[in-house]
Amino acid sequence: MSFRFLNAGDTALTIEFGDGVERRLLAAVSALDAALTQAIASGGLRGVVETVPTFRSLTVIYDPLLTSRAAIEAGIRAVLGAPVTLDRRRGRLWQLPVCYGDQLAACGPDLDELAAACGLTPAAVVRLHASLTCEVYMLGFLPGFPFMGDLPEVLSRPRRSEPRLRVPAGSVATAGTLTAIYPYESPGGWHLIGACPLPLFSAAWPQAALLRPGDRVCWRAIEVAEYRQLVAGMAERWASPGPPREFLLDAAVDG
Amino acid sequence: MLEIVSAGAMASIQDLGRPGLRRLGVPRAGALQPDWLRLANALLGNAEDAPAIEFFAGGLSVRALESPLRLALAGPFAAVVVAAGSRRRLESWRSVTLAPGEVLRCGIPVAGRVGYVALAGIRVARQFGSASTYARAGLGGLDGKLLAPGARIPATACRGGGESGLRPPPAGDRSPIRVLLGPQDDYFDEPSIAAFLSSPYRILPAADRMGMRLQGALLRHRPERGVEITSDATVPGSIQVPAQGQPLVLLADGQTAGGYPKIATVISADLPRLAVMAPGEVVRFAAVSVTAAEAAARAREAALRALIDGIGPYTALAGLVDLQAIYTANLVSGVVDAAGDE
Repeated sequence: MSFRFLNAGDTALTIEFGDGVERRLLAAVSALDAALTQAIASGGLRGVVETVPTFRSLTVIYDPLLTSRAAIEAGIRAVLGAPVTLDRRRGRLWQLPVCYGDQLAACGPDLDELAAACGLTPAAVVRLHASLTCEVYMLGFLPGFPFMGDLPEVLSRPRRSEPRLRVPAGSVATAGTLTAIYPYESPGGWHLIGACPLPLFSAAWPQAALLRPGDRVCWRAIEVAEYRQLVAGMAERWASPGPPREFLLDAAVDG
Repeated sequence: MLEIVSAGAMASIQDLGRPGLRRLGVPRAGALQPDWLRLANALLGNAEDAPAIEFFAGGLSVRALESPLRLALAGPFAAVVVAAGSRRRLESWRSVTLAPGEVLRCGIPVAGRVGYVALAGIRVARQFGSASTYARAGLGGLDGKLLAPGARIPATACRGGGESGLRPPPAGDRSPIRVLLGPQDDYFDEPSIAAFLSSPYRILPAADRMGMRLQGALLRHRPERGVEITSDATVPGSIQVPAQGQPLVLLADGQTAGGYPKIATVISADLPRLAVMAPGEVVRFAAVSVTAAEAAARAREAALRALIDGIGPYTALAGLVDLQAIYTANLVSGVVDAAGDE
């Protein structure tokens, strides 16, 4: 597959395979990530700090005091296209609760506006979103923030022109054909349509993030009373030694 | 034990950060000015990457509790040690011993916005290999929190020995901040790239550890490329340009991925210099090559090593900098959240 190198400063190099959210690009990124991980594990590519896979590119972060751009480029070219062992575990299937719309101040302040922009009723947007089974494409932005897709085209709208300075933790949001949950309060430009009362990241859990790339997520619309009940259990879920398995639909494939 | 008496907004415990977790969305965090943190630790004989206190425009006051403690100051600020019935003034870039009950009051930074206080024998738990506070996700530091009055930091009691000083302190540098163009410089037209590299940009008040917003010549996205990209990885130093055309620079706590085109990336040698600049200050950018950036990274490390080699017994060094004069002249405005968005 064709690629190009993009300058990302003197501590990072991005290998870009294309643009957009496409399965063949995600696969190319995973393959290069796996190949580099193997090369590093067997003592190659000295000075690499970490690799960061995204939808359509892999960013290699390195220490310029231990290596150079030339050495990193050569190391990447050497493994590009090499056969790799990909992680073939099937993603797990989660069912996550969402309190949609403006039932609570913190939930979904943009639902009506998004619905209007899509030419739909708010109830139709909720029905559409809640009926999806999404795939987690990548984590990034904030700890445990899952970029998921795909929404149907009818729900696709660009990010807000004026980003919010504070998006509440737990916000369920959309941008284009992607959907996500904000694990923590942060600035953000996505459309907020609901709230999910679960922790998405905890240092107490073995893998820290609730979701991982390849996992699938379906949704269960909940009412305010259940939302409040789940919020009350948040601190305990954060501190527990593992992620909350009661939201896992196919625990059998958990690996 | 060291007790925080007062700490302004954003004061926290930092070390050299928590690499390796960006694929989970966890930024490296760590000191905005790692060289100063390493110098402060070196003044104490700590490991250079030990945790220390990073503070901002609110200044910092700390008290030694039951035993004497040795601290070191790094950054452009002055301090006083307040004991029962006495005050002694100190300049930065030295270590100092606090007797039980004595308070060290650090003034606000007189240039830029950041100062460091390291503590001999500091003991802070690490999470994912680092004590750096990333308060947004409750990682590191003391229970994942920013420093607040009453917080207590455990450390080994000082068993005597002399105080150390740095001679000479780091030189200031007002030259342009060097960048490598890309990864998405092809989203901008030639006049915008030229404007970015030739115009002054002012640092807006919304500057924090996540990033700083700049204001200056408008940068226009090529209409055929648009104002959004498929989100890809960001790094500290990434310069994003949202739709409104004003750049923002991601720093140590910046998000790990983003959907705005990135016109350029600040080189690693110059990022600390930019990260510690205060709101209201004006910055200019200059493009360099990868080779030049790599040479600059080595030069920065060599300069730091030379400073550390220059550490010796403290002797009063009069007249190095008139901190007090600038101190009263340069008050910086309040600090609120800066913002990258997703």
